[in-house]
Amino acid sequence: MKFWLIFILILIMKAGVSQVTISGKVTDQKNRPLSGASVVIKDSYDGATTDSLGNFSFQTTETGNKLLEITLLGYSSAQKAIEIAKDNILVNFSIKEQITEMNAVVITAGAFEASDKKKGTVLTSLDIVTTASAEGDITGALKTLPGTQQVGETGGLFVRGGSAAESKIYMDGNLVNNFFYSAVPGIASRGRFNPFLFKGTIFSTGGYSALYGQALSSALVLESNDLPERTEASLSLSVVGLGGGIQKLSKDKKASWGFTYNYSNLALAFSLIKQQQDYFKFPVFHETDANFRIRTKSGGMIKYYGYLSTGDVGFRSADIDSSILKDAFTLRNFNTYQNINWKENLGKGWKFFSGISFSTNRDDISNELENESGEKVVITNPIGYAFKNYEVKAKSIYTQARFVLEKKLNGLNIIRGGADYFYSRQQTDFTAYDSSTYQTTVKDNLVAVFGETDFYLSNDLAVKLGARLEHSSIMDEWNLAPRVSLAYKFRNKSQASFAYGIFYQNPEVQLLPATGPKIGYAQASHYILQYQKITSQRTFRTEIFYKDYQRLHKTDFDAYGRQVADNNNGKGYAKGMEFFWRDKKTLKNVDYWISYSFLDTKRDYLNFPMQMEPNFAARHTASFVVKKFVLPWKTGFNASYNFATGRPYYQIVYDEVQNKNVITDNGRTINYNNLGFSVNYLPNLGRKDKKAFIVWVLSISNVLGQKQVYNYTYASMSTQKIPVGPPSKRFVFIGCFMSFGVDRSQDAINNNL
Amino acid sequence: MKKLLFAIILFCSSTGMVHAQSEKYLNAMKGNLQAIDSGFKNPAYLLTLANNFERIATAEKTQWLPYYYAAFCQVQLAFMEQDKNKIDGIADKATQLINKADSLEPNNSEVSCIKSMIASSHMMVDPMQRYMQYGPESEKQLTMASTQDPTNPRPDFLKGQGLKYTPEQFGGGCKTAKVEFQKAMDKYLVYKPASELTPNWGMDITRQMLEECNAK
Repeated sequence: MKFWLIFILILIMKAGVSQVTISGKVTDQKNRPLSGASVVIKDSYDGATTDSLGNFSFQTTETGNKLLEITLLGYSSAQKAIEIAKDNILVNFSIKEQITEMNAVVITAGAFEASDKKKGTVLTSLDIVTTASAEGDITGALKTLPGTQQVGETGGLFVRGGSAAESKIYMDGNLVNNFFYSAVPGIASRGRFNPFLFKGTIFSTGGYSALYGQALSSALVLESNDLPERTEASLSLSVVGLGGGIQKLSKDKKASWGFTYNYSNLALAFSLIKQQQDYFKFPVFHETDANFRIRTKSGGMIKYYGYLSTGDVGFRSADIDSSILKDAFTLRNFNTYQNINWKENLGKGWKFFSGISFSTNRDDISNELENESGEKVVITNPIGYAFKNYEVKAKSIYTQARFVLEKKLNGLNIIRGGADYFYSRQQTDFTAYDSSTYQTTVKDNLVAVFGETDFYLSNDLAVKLGARLEHSSIMDEWNLAPRVSLAYKFRNKSQASFAYGIFYQNPEVQLLPATGPKIGYAQASHYILQYQKITSQRTFRTEIFYKDYQRLHKTDFDAYGRQVADNNNGKGYAKGMEFFWRDKKTLKNVDYWISYSFLDTKRDYLNFPMQMEPNFAARHTASFVVKKFVLPWKTGFNASYNFATGRPYYQIVYDEVQNKNVITDNGRTINYNNLGFSVNYLPNLGRKDKKAFIVWVLSISNVLGQKQVYNYTYASMSTQKIPVGPPSKRFVFIGCFMSFGVDRSQDAINNNL
Repeated sequence: MKKLLFAIILFCSSTGMVHAQSEKYLNAMKGNLQAIDSGFKNPAYLLTLANNFERIATAEKTQWLPYYYAAFCQVQLAFMEQDKNKIDGIADKATQLINKADSLEPNNSEVSCIKSMIASSHMMVDPMQRYMQYGPESEKQLTMASTQDPTNPRPDFLKGQGLKYTPEQFGGGCKTAKVEFQKAMDKYLVYKPASELTPNWGMDITRQMLEECNAK
């Protein structure tokens, strides 16, 4: 009897397995259907995947109170309690898209990013070294992007109607004061640092973050490498010098150290390639750098980079005020830069960054007026000739300390804040022809506090709000700079961004008066509107901008007849439109980009008699860069063409009668054209049996030998002018770079697939 | 007596349930496995299969194979994905799944194969920038897979596949790939899967690639 009872009981248990249909629809918050979402009765086999209309339907034998769960990549999962009895169940879900770095819009107005890891980058580090006209210089490559000028007579970045002084360069958050080699009259100096030191570059042509200041136009933010992939030694040999180095990775791969040494001597190159200048001391540089990097327990990083260099150069050039006299210019430079910084994860979404940098620079300059037989002459009538004999000893010290604290809130929202302290001291000893000496010493203590939030309202809309408060002891006043940018992503993955900000800057150190009237910060307001569409193979972006300059520094003569900042009555504007198009897809194995900038700018500053186009601004600038790697030949071919319309030039003279500056002569240079070409040959590519990886480089500037005039210099005692062009019509670089201990072939393969 | 009878019945019914469940498991797995081939022609269906395997895996908790197949389907989806922005997310999902399989069945050659494929899929997003990170990882997993089970043909097949798509100038191409495909083929011919559920894929595609390479 009981047996039967139990038997029946078991039968009932088995028969109780009846099927119920569960169906419904999964949508996002805007009621759009979501396909591919997984629907599951928790802890059972039963479930389904939504179809293209977001619908699902399945049968289950489960009974009772259960949880129905929805999961879909990129969305928050959702659960609903259901009771499964006899009736079919209809249940709909609306799930929320997660705001992730993968999907979220990136604020890009004003900035070009070159990075190896991040999305939305325009260039990679490798692009910088393979751009033909860049000649291995970071800023050379940036000059093929819109917003920059093709200025060749001095070093530096001239961005959107701004002077070179308005662009500041940062390494790991710390300002690099002497990024370029010391200026030599009429010759553009290159950047000191090797592009391979950096894993990421953000080049902001305006509207940059509150984390940086003291630059009216542009910030170039460089991020140095983390730990190397492996231990490696390198050697280089070229027409301009030789060098070597080692980078050692510890066994546990948590620390590394390295150093390099480079010796450059341009005697050979300048003997083969005729230079405008007559060198009696060919440029010679000794440079050495050292680094260490340590990964901390919580995934943070301590990095040190130290650099030391000496440079020597001397040349004669025809004196503009005479047909027979010559100017003999010599420069001896000693420069050091040290930067140590520490990045740490503090847990619970907190991050900490701190850095200290210290740099020194010393320039010993002398200029002599010489007669035909190379003897120093002092001509006191007219006195203008005598002043061509002078000596300058400029010593400067910069130090900076900085910290930033960052807290990650929910989603991608971030709030960060920090402070900067800069100390600078510059001492200039000027010795005139009659041995009279003038010494000026300028010291500044600058403090800044800043705060910024990244706020994501959705994956499609992000806002960055920031502010920076600064106080400079020289200016003896506070300034508050608000910064705002926002970005909106359209459904087709393109995006629009807007940026606004106010930027302040002290006058350049050499313009600071020893005594005199109180002067304030120069000021610029940026308004930038950008549209951009980036796919993995193509980039299109366009920007329009307006920059309003206020309180620019005007100069006047001080007691020694030196031009120094006198007041803040200058002003100006810059407005324009820019395009950038990069395409790796249309032509197989060919990568090219085109940039175009239109610039309309006028300003009244320094000794300008009125608001006028500055001599460093061309109205139209365009670049075309193309790269092709031919695998069977193991050779890469790179070409670039840079074009700019002529720039204005002026002779500005102080008129004693009218008691003001007047323009006595002016004009416009011819258009600028430069075709650059380079070849990289990698003989050991793919040969794993070879121990050394070798790259041969040949690069030629101004291949077509087009006439290039950057500007004109005027005689001081007449309206005589001479064109300033490149030191040689064409320059040819041949070099060989070797690295040992690692096969880089795979790099090269993947670079070109 | 009554107690004994009850105990026996209880025993039978409970073991019967265990048996039923494992039959359910077997059937569910077999059904989905048979469908994988057609899944390759239709990514949406492959995702359905991935989700099916994942449900079985989550319900079973102790079986490594459903996690393995869920990861296998996901990594194939990553390879098929046209939108490069989505690949990393899919590959990360595959990683989550294969890590669970790995913890249930440590040192498994098949699991290492999937890990290698995942690394390759990450690399595909941006080969130029990612080779240094994911290239060695992918290679390392294949070497491990070969060591863990020298009779497994799949590491050789995957190695061959990688070489086939590497240009000849860099030591790739059919010439070198063929050697690996042949090695894989020799192993496939004698390979006996441990059960009808254990991985046994890749022979057809290996044969096809071998023929392609021989034709050149």
